[in-house]
Amino acid sequence: MTEVTLAGAFTTQESAAIRGDFAILSRSVRGGKPLVYLDSGATSHKPRQVLDAERAFYEQHNSAVHRGAHQLAEEATDAFESARETIARFIGAPTREVVFTKNATEALNLVAYAFSNAAAAGAMDGVDPALAARFALGVGDEIVITEMEHHANLVPWQELARRSGATLRWIGLTDEGRLDLGDLDTVITDRTKIVAFTHVSNVLGTINPVAAIVDRARAVGALTVLDACQSVPHLAVDVVDLGVDFLAFSGHKMLGPMGVGVLWGRYDLLAAMPPFLTGGSMIEDVRLEGTTYAAPPQRFEAGVPMAAQAVGLAAACDYLTALGMPRVTAHEHALTEALLAGLAQRPWVRVIGPVDGQNRSGAVAFVVDGVHPHDVGQILDDAGIAVRVGHHCASPLHRRMNVTATTRASFAAYNTLAEVDALLSALDRVPAVFGVAI
Amino acid sequence: MDLYQEIILEHSKRPHHAGLREPFNAQVRHINPTCGDECTLRVQLRGEGRSAVVADLSYDAIGCAISTASASVLADEVIGHSVEEALTSFEAMRRMLTSKGADTGDEEEIGDGVAFAGVSKYPARVKCALLGWAAFKDALAQAGIDISATTTSTTLASDTMEIS
Repeated sequence: MTEVTLAGAFTTQESAAIRGDFAILSRSVRGGKPLVYLDSGATSHKPRQVLDAERAFYEQHNSAVHRGAHQLAEEATDAFESARETIARFIGAPTREVVFTKNATEALNLVAYAFSNAAAAGAMDGVDPALAARFALGVGDEIVITEMEHHANLVPWQELARRSGATLRWIGLTDEGRLDLGDLDTVITDRTKIVAFTHVSNVLGTINPVAAIVDRARAVGALTVLDACQSVPHLAVDVVDLGVDFLAFSGHKMLGPMGVGVLWGRYDLLAAMPPFLTGGSMIEDVRLEGTTYAAPPQRFEAGVPMAAQAVGLAAACDYLTALGMPRVTAHEHALTEALLAGLAQRPWVRVIGPVDGQNRSGAVAFVVDGVHPHDVGQILDDAGIAVRVGHHCASPLHRRMNVTATTRASFAAYNTLAEVDALLSALDRVPAVFGVAI
Repeated sequence: MDLYQEIILEHSKRPHHAGLREPFNAQVRHINPTCGDECTLRVQLRGEGRSAVVADLSYDAIGCAISTASASVLADEVIGHSVEEALTSFEAMRRMLTSKGADTGDEEEIGDGVAFAGVSKYPARVKCALLGWAAFKDALAQAGIDISATTTSTTLASDTMEIS
């Protein structure tokens, strides 16, 4: 490999080695065209190392974790808990603060339901009253989100507001697609109990100023929940540095398996929270008259957990760590800059989101005025290029940006500049097919 | 590619019978949750039951070339025809679109609809092509027509729907 002294994009040789780990990248689609996969924002591919880790678990250690005392049960439990350690290290968290969920959506619902369930009689018995008060939500209280949220970090809060009588408020967007923090102090007030926002927009690519929002939330005593689905796979994330109270991400967007996600939360908060899903594993003592719960993280992991997927996700963390997260970020940044520059040369394409690479991640949404994004996506698909079309589970964001839908290209470490060029040249077919003036 | 036939692009650029008009017996609004595409559609019937004539079909379709062109073809095919004939056209269109390329369509039954035969090879786009047709069938039901003898379009729509 070429020696690299600064954190920069992967060299051609490094890229070839990375791509060699992803078997799917060598397949063809639509009648023999090489696959150009630019939809990692929806789900990433998984390297051989992740698949091998899952297979090894099933072939050598498969057993229901936290149950039984036979050797396989011990090994499976050890593999599962080791995976928790690896994943915790990846985000700079103490191991006991990492809760496995089936995906980020479940992780966010877990937090939202903690507020609902805290309202039940006796739910917060034994919890320090000052801490319990932070989870007490009712009429007059407010939940703050942003206009750029994915539905997974929007609908659960809307529903919580409906159930609790609290009011949902939101931080708006600028025309460029960044958070409009001009009225932050009037949106986040003493009435605010929760501020839930995304680290990186899955549509606009905007990297949000977490510190500014956390500072304001802390000043009014609100809890902060960060949707990190689009940041953990692409940027070095340290939960302590971020200063939030909860953070959620999914495994399948970060080279890991489907069916596993993570909720990270400060331990004192997790320890105060009532469970979301209940059943086996999450208990301490069960009698017909009532049940006491296990300590976190087990309290939030009812049922036999997704051990093989957790092991796979840990392998994905190892894989990303070996690549080096600063290198991953730099590589994807180079691809993003190249795509933005290429789109800027095509006046018939309009980028929805920041047009410069500053504080921006590798999700690039765009529209061709006069052509529906589904039709743009179809032309790209015909050339073997996989992009996402639609509203990307962010309808209010699209409404704010005055578009029904967009076409979105999104990158991962395995993408190359040649793939950016392939996208741009396939895009050049769109005006001719649909009779758009260029 | 065989998806964007000239006739489809032509319908999508200059849709026939577009716009919402009075009077109408029923109005429905159908949405494709994947992309946010919408079709608001009105029907005005003359007569009773399945022998009633579709006196007017007016619509406002916001969507891709496939869905807007399909609404235009729908209007061409059903206005001035009996409900019975319109439902036969619906069934023929649905059959072709869900045939995965096996059924190339009958011009007698669906007119310009045969241009959409290529859509059936793209499962993700079938819902686009059926959006207006499904709305039409729903509007007939809301106008009091018994549509039970035909395949339900909603079942079909959910089969091809991408959830997001």
